[in-house]
Amino acid sequence: MPADALIRLSARQACVRFGALEALGPIDLSVRAGECVVLLGPSGCGKSTLLAALAGLQAVASGSVQADAAGGSDIPGVVFQEPNLMNWATAQDNVALPLALAGVGKVERLGRAQKALNQVGLGSFSAAYPRTLSGGMRMRVALARALVNDPTALLLDEPFAAIDELGRRALDDLVLEAKRDQHLAVLFVTHSVDEAVYLADRILVLSPRPGRIMAEIAVPDVPRDPAFLTSPAFAEAAAAARRVLSAQLVAA
Amino acid sequence: MSRIDIAPILAGLLMLALWEGLTRFFHVPTVILPPPSAIGAALVERGPLLLPAAGVTMGLALTALAISIGLGTLIALVFARVPLLERSLGPYALVLQATPIVAIAPLVIIWTGIENPRRAILILAVIVAVFPVLTSALAGLKAVDPGLDRLFRLHKASSTQRFLRLELPTAAPFLLAGIKTAAGLSLVGVVVAEFVAGTGATGGLSWRLVEAGNRLETATMFAALFLLALMGLALNAVLALIEKQIRA
Repeated sequence: MPADALIRLSARQACVRFGALEALGPIDLSVRAGECVVLLGPSGCGKSTLLAALAGLQAVASGSVQADAAGGSDIPGVVFQEPNLMNWATAQDNVALPLALAGVGKVERLGRAQKALNQVGLGSFSAAYPRTLSGGMRMRVALARALVNDPTALLLDEPFAAIDELGRRALDDLVLEAKRDQHLAVLFVTHSVDEAVYLADRILVLSPRPGRIMAEIAVPDVPRDPAFLTSPAFAEAAAAARRVLSAQLVAA
Repeated sequence: MSRIDIAPILAGLLMLALWEGLTRFFHVPTVILPPPSAIGAALVERGPLLLPAAGVTMGLALTALAISIGLGTLIALVFARVPLLERSLGPYALVLQATPIVAIAPLVIIWTGIENPRRAILILAVIVAVFPVLTSALAGLKAVDPGLDRLFRLHKASSTQRFLRLELPTAAPFLLAGIKTAAGLSLVGVVVAEFVAGTGATGGLSWRLVEAGNRLETATMFAALFLLALMGLALNAVLALIEKQIRA
């Protein structure tokens, strides 16, 4: 198989089983550097499972998954549904955690953590404890933590579902900026069609369990700004995604 | 800092005044109930005898507490790592905890030898004080947030990193609550054990209490009780201060 040098995340005929239950697959997928792929599908279809498998947190029953590093950290940045912050540590110490676990010295890791906090717009909150931050701010801390170890891939599992519309758009923009500036391969799980179209270069729609890729929808490469949200290109991609999803509902 | 509430101080002074007035008015024999002034006098007069004794008891209680913290945390760690051990040994630990310490005391004294009252007292106090540490530490270790646990696995944290950066900070508030209970219990354990040991060899405060009782020096008994209460309060205050530091 000719290796694409830019592929950062890949799954080859990957299947996941929980005991007798087939949870996922087989799935083939690849995400290139600087590309955002969004997984869309009914709940329980294995989106999160696929993400966990790519993060190395879930073993595959057959096939293979790979998060490939080229230069950066070989551990992908991951943002889960909850911010999962250590409430006994400051925002800066929370962000610095991946570096601390990798054995990076204190001065360097705090400096890099501060930089990551600046990147998500929380530069002046480095000494704040999580309980003093709003839900959206906590998610920003989690995003900074996922970016701090200079990963080549970013995996996000419905991270902004609990956040209000405007806050969510701001966080989506941060993800897009990080993707562009750090040339990240981004795999994003969501159940919001609008969020999927806004973020994605490609949308993969999964089937109900065991999740398989039912359709791939390409989203035009136009600037992601408020105008995009009301453009025909946006409406077209969203309609295509909704068509595939409702076809599944009818089939089920 | 919080302001000091004046109500309990006033209530205390009022009760002392009542106590003093009533015992004098009704001519209550000092052997039955000495007035506070007599207790104060006994505290001053017997101070040279009582204070070192209080020091011995406090030292034993603190030693027992330290051992309980170490031992309880260690057992909790082992139990948390090897659930089979917790399942098989946990029920027996409960049996030991449920048995009154006074009833175990004579046995422990026989085993350690009459000539080793200090050791017996420590063992008994630890038996009482170790359980709150064990149960709270175990609860704390099990309270680790599954999401953080996943994050630590993602970053391939070593078990030492996991312990220091995840389990210990999670367990700390639980552990501290357990230690507060254990501090009071270790003092109780030492006092009870000193009573049962029934020997002046360690020279602890409860021995002075028994001695004063035998001599019908009721005021001295009250003075010793006063010191015991003071020790318990001091222990609590120190731990509350530590708790405040940690929570800040």
